[in-house]
Amino acid sequence: MKKINKLALFANKSNQRLFTTISVIVVLYVLMTILDGTGNLSSLMKGLLVPVCAYSLVAVGLNLCVGYLGELSLGHAGFMCVGAFTSAFFSKAFVGVIPDVPRFILSLLIGTALAALFGFLIAIPVLRLSGDYLAIVTLAFGEIIKNVINVLYVGVDSKGVHFSMKDMMSLGMEPGGKIIINGAQGITGTPRQSTFTISVILLLLAIVITFNFVNSRTGRAVKAIRDNQIAAETVGLPITKYKLIAFTLSAAIAGVGGVLYAHNISSLTATTNTFGYNMSIMILVYVVLGGIGSFSGSIIAATILTLLPEMLRGLSNYRMLIYSVVLIMLMLFNWAPGILKWREAHGIKNFKSILKSKNTKEVQ
Amino acid sequence: MGFLTYLINGLSLGSVYAIIALGYTMVYGIAKMLNFAHGDVIMIGAYLVFMCTSNAGMPAIVSIVIAMGCCTILGMIIEKIAYAPLRKATNLAVLITAIGVSYFLQNMALLIFGSNPVSFTSVIPWEGLSFAGGQLKITGNALITIVVCLVIMVVLMWFVKNTKPGQAMRAVSEDRDAAVLMGINVNATISLTFAIGSGLAAIAGTLLCSSYPSLTPYTGSMPGIKAFTAAVFGGIGSIPGALIGGLLLGIIEILAKAYISSQLADAIVFAVLIIVLLVKPTGILGKQIKEKV
Amino acid sequence: MSLLEVTNLGISFGGLRAVDEFNISIDKGQLYGLIGPNGAGKTTVFNMLTGIYKPTDGKIFLDGVDITGKRTADINKAGIARTFQNIRLFGDQSVLDNVKIGLHNSFEYSTATGIFRLPKYFATEKKMDERALEILSVFGLDKDADVLASNLPYGKQRQLEIARALATNPKLLLLDEPAAGMNPNETKDLMNTIALIRKEFDVTILLIEHDMKLVSGICEKLTVLNFGRVLSQGETSTVLNDPEVIKAYLGE
Repeated sequence: MKKINKLALFANKSNQRLFTTISVIVVLYVLMTILDGTGNLSSLMKGLLVPVCAYSLVAVGLNLCVGYLGELSLGHAGFMCVGAFTSAFFSKAFVGVIPDVPRFILSLLIGTALAALFGFLIAIPVLRLSGDYLAIVTLAFGEIIKNVINVLYVGVDSKGVHFSMKDMMSLGMEPGGKIIINGAQGITGTPRQSTFTISVILLLLAIVITFNFVNSRTGRAVKAIRDNQIAAETVGLPITKYKLIAFTLSAAIAGVGGVLYAHNISSLTATTNTFGYNMSIMILVYVVLGGIGSFSGSIIAATILTLLPEMLRGLSNYRMLIYSVVLIMLMLFNWAPGILKWREAHGIKNFKSILKSKNTKEVQ
Repeated sequence: MGFLTYLINGLSLGSVYAIIALGYTMVYGIAKMLNFAHGDVIMIGAYLVFMCTSNAGMPAIVSIVIAMGCCTILGMIIEKIAYAPLRKATNLAVLITAIGVSYFLQNMALLIFGSNPVSFTSVIPWEGLSFAGGQLKITGNALITIVVCLVIMVVLMWFVKNTKPGQAMRAVSEDRDAAVLMGINVNATISLTFAIGSGLAAIAGTLLCSSYPSLTPYTGSMPGIKAFTAAVFGGIGSIPGALIGGLLLGIIEILAKAYISSQLADAIVFAVLIIVLLVKPTGILGKQIKEKV
Repeated sequence: MSLLEVTNLGISFGGLRAVDEFNISIDKGQLYGLIGPNGAGKTTVFNMLTGIYKPTDGKIFLDGVDITGKRTADINKAGIARTFQNIRLFGDQSVLDNVKIGLHNSFEYSTATGIFRLPKYFATEKKMDERALEILSVFGLDKDADVLASNLPYGKQRQLEIARALATNPKLLLLDEPAAGMNPNETKDLMNTIALIRKEFDVTILLIEHDMKLVSGICEKLTVLNFGRVLSQGETSTVLNDPEVIKAYLGE
């Protein structure tokens, strides 16, 4: 019988990938910090450092859902939105009341916890559906969250918290009161506490957590349910419990991305582009291009695809056009069976897709 | 009387959604893919009609025919270049490619037409009807839209049932491999489906902008999403489902705007969708697909 | 002692009565065979026994406990494990992990323990690895522990499926056509494997099979199913010589 020792458990293939990913992130961080310190980083790039980390986080969260739970979520930006607005609300409401650092930590915890809660509540009805129906419902939820926040007016004054879905006036606040969420104008003046360092630390934390999750007893169960749900049931796995856990975790991580994003921007609004389906779809593109099931791939794709339009800015009017063409070509190059055969024949490596098509179903 | 007006407007908007949903549902049934770019073909169709009528001064009918022709060709080209190579790949791959095509169309339109809203003049010159001494006004736009939608539905259902190409479409959507064995040209059938869907998209764009005259490169996006939702709502893959889903969605949206809140209308529409899908997980007319053990 | 007691089991799909008045009594430690022509309803019986279908009539008792209509996962916890006609492995995971998933309910630690890599994670994973390799070595699969399950040859995949089922520590093991697609040599190996399983694991076996050599070689008792109904039941040799049974298989 094979001998097991702690070292073997530690140095296996999946842990190697984790260390590689962490190293790459750390190296990039150091590189960016040096460039910034020596004044070689354009203000454009500098401004993108935190958003790239934020999008990477949401992409990692979505990848957990698509790659390991095996379900397509078209509304993940909704969880980013929850994380963003709840944390920003807390931060702005308690400016001056709680000192900076503990306040940020609290708002981070609140944003993440609430995103997780929303994930959990939404998962309960959603996970009963499958495939495209599940995707559409997640899209619907994402839109509802964005829509509702857009009509939300919340203010704080000496009497307490005021809340309205109509307009600013009906808040009925005292003159000294503070408006925190101003309907479509969202939240302005959130303390800008997301630094690049904090963002990278959170990203690394998220990576370690997801890796550990995926390579644990629970992770094995989730993968088993994804690979063959009926077989998973016959070996006694509680399907709903683990689907819920995976989805909630994926929402929580997206929420962390939202917190980072919110504390890096002076005006936080919920539009189709920031937290609506346009954003959900962008994140999905990062996940698919980076490789379903590959968290490091999500981060790389998020980074490149966020920076690419900015780098093409010189071509101004044509840049989004070029971006879309690049996207289409990348998809064809990586996924079209005909092209993949051509690549194999010419010795260009094929990257195996982790997600196989679902089991064949028969109409009864 | 107000309620009736809203109902009719809802039916009219719903008719547009239904026509768009047809494109989604047919393509999904046949190619098992979500053509995310469909909403943007609608936008292109509307711009083409606008250019023909406003700039070239052509009569409405001619413009529409030209737009339909161009959109049909556009749809077929997109299918051949971007989707056909991925037919054997996973659904997600085609979905993302479709998103790329959608971005492409939007930005192409942005380059050519700019981002300023264009004022679309309705192709329906008729004022409409007026009942009960002016208390109930139904616009010509609304009526014609509803009628056109119903006509399209009837023609399409007849086509799918009684013509060879139509039956081929049904065969391919039910069992592609068996269809091949029957000698059906699957490539041609899929191209035909995209052609029909895109041609209808031009009509949808025209009708949409006739009732809601502001046109930008992003005009097709939200109706596209809503129409896709309607298609799933009614049961993806089902033509009558697209009709029911579209009409219901339109009615709910208009009624929600009128009676509850204009800003929350979208949220309400989506909430209704969620509730329906939870009660009937495959949509109103959807088929139950069971896994064989 | 009767381990599995099934009385009057039946199921209808719409207007079709797929299984009707199915009775079976299996004693602890027995090797029981369920045979019959294709489409007779054998897998449907398995599906009812494992909770994939809910029977419309009848009762199923496992070790005295009523498990009729219970959910699949709960039935597995009660003590029934199975393999499938069309192999259902977790193809994207390793051979070892497939078995470890079978050990999921025997070795527990919380999700949080896994995420934060607390000491219990390492201790439990080590125990799971040991137990999993123990099980795999019965089938000679321990050398393939790190191979991706979908990369295994067909015969080994079937064995892995059995190994995974045994990892759930069942009282009753249901094998659905374990010899399907095997040549006579592989079938002989399978017969040896089943004998080994009976020795190493304290398990009762009910199997569906078409291969008569296997059936007559190892099954102690048989039930013959035809058109969803029991045609004959009893000692193997008696049943196989029953003219009604021969007629059902060969036709008139």
